[in-house]
Amino acid sequence: MTFEDWIFALHVTMAALLVGSLVMSWIVVVSLLTTDTPGTTLSLHRVKLVATGATVIGLLGTISLGIWTAILRIDFHPWDGWVIAAYVLWGIATILLVRSFTEFDKSAQKARSLIASSETGPSAELVALNRTSTGLLLRALASLAIVLIVIDMIWKPGH
Amino acid sequence: MLAAIRPDEQSFALLLHLVGATIAFGGLLACATSLLLAHGEARLLRLGYFSLLLVTLPGWILMRLAGQWLFDQQNWSDLPSNLNDPAWLKIGFIVADWGGVLFLVSLVVGGIGVRRLQNGTGSSATLLRSTMAISLILAVAYAVAVWAMTGKPT
Repeated sequence: MTFEDWIFALHVTMAALLVGSLVMSWIVVVSLLTTDTPGTTLSLHRVKLVATGATVIGLLGTISLGIWTAILRIDFHPWDGWVIAAYVLWGIATILLVRSFTEFDKSAQKARSLIASSETGPSAELVALNRTSTGLLLRALASLAIVLIVIDMIWKPGH
Repeated sequence: MLAAIRPDEQSFALLLHLVGATIAFGGLLACATSLLLAHGEARLLRLGYFSLLLVTLPGWILMRLAGQWLFDQQNWSDLPSNLNDPAWLKIGFIVADWGGVLFLVSLVVGGIGVRRLQNGTGSSATLLRSTMAISLILAVAYAVAVWAMTGKPT
């Protein structure tokens, strides 16, 4: 394996971590839809925190190693149209994901405050935060952007 | 390199293969993390097991079928025996097939564990711990397979 092959392989491994961590956080988000107690909410948020960490590593690793790959490879360039489309989609996905992290963090904060005031039973307000439609929409759009990046990377339109 | 010279007709099979693999990988990560952080909490134990059953299993089936479709499209089986078995392809098959057997074992073991948990009969901790360990091993194996299938070491 050449140095270029290593960078490309690590780029794709980071992309797999990114998509895998998104699948993982979707599992938690779906599970939160039927969660009404602060204890369980916080437990699920612990799992989600790991997914978020993996997503951040995946986002940073994918873009940095992807640009490096585009610089190293002679058959394409960092300024090619399909590569620029990937930068734009990556930027959109990152912004949407950061906003969705903030949105879902509200239910963790509420759960902590409920536990602090010794209210450990079901809470309607917590259910509403766990089912945040804004958070779900942001996450769905971010996932769509990531899927479009994968399609862009495979078909390389214009290349 | 193969990706750069791959004909467009194979792109859809590759997309399905990648989608299946990443769904399976995400399910494994969710399973391992939930079981690791559960500390006996039933909700997380069940989440861990059902991530494996409802997410990893369909992902693994899609990944394996699309991988075989890609293998057939690229006519690997028509090549002479000294050419049709490169290391990266061997790694992919080992992880998908032998890893698949290990995955099915973890599903059965975890299923018994979850059943015991629901019925309150016997200990489920060791069984679910085994499922967690297998999920971790498989998640690492999947990462190695992704690296091997893209870097294509000789």
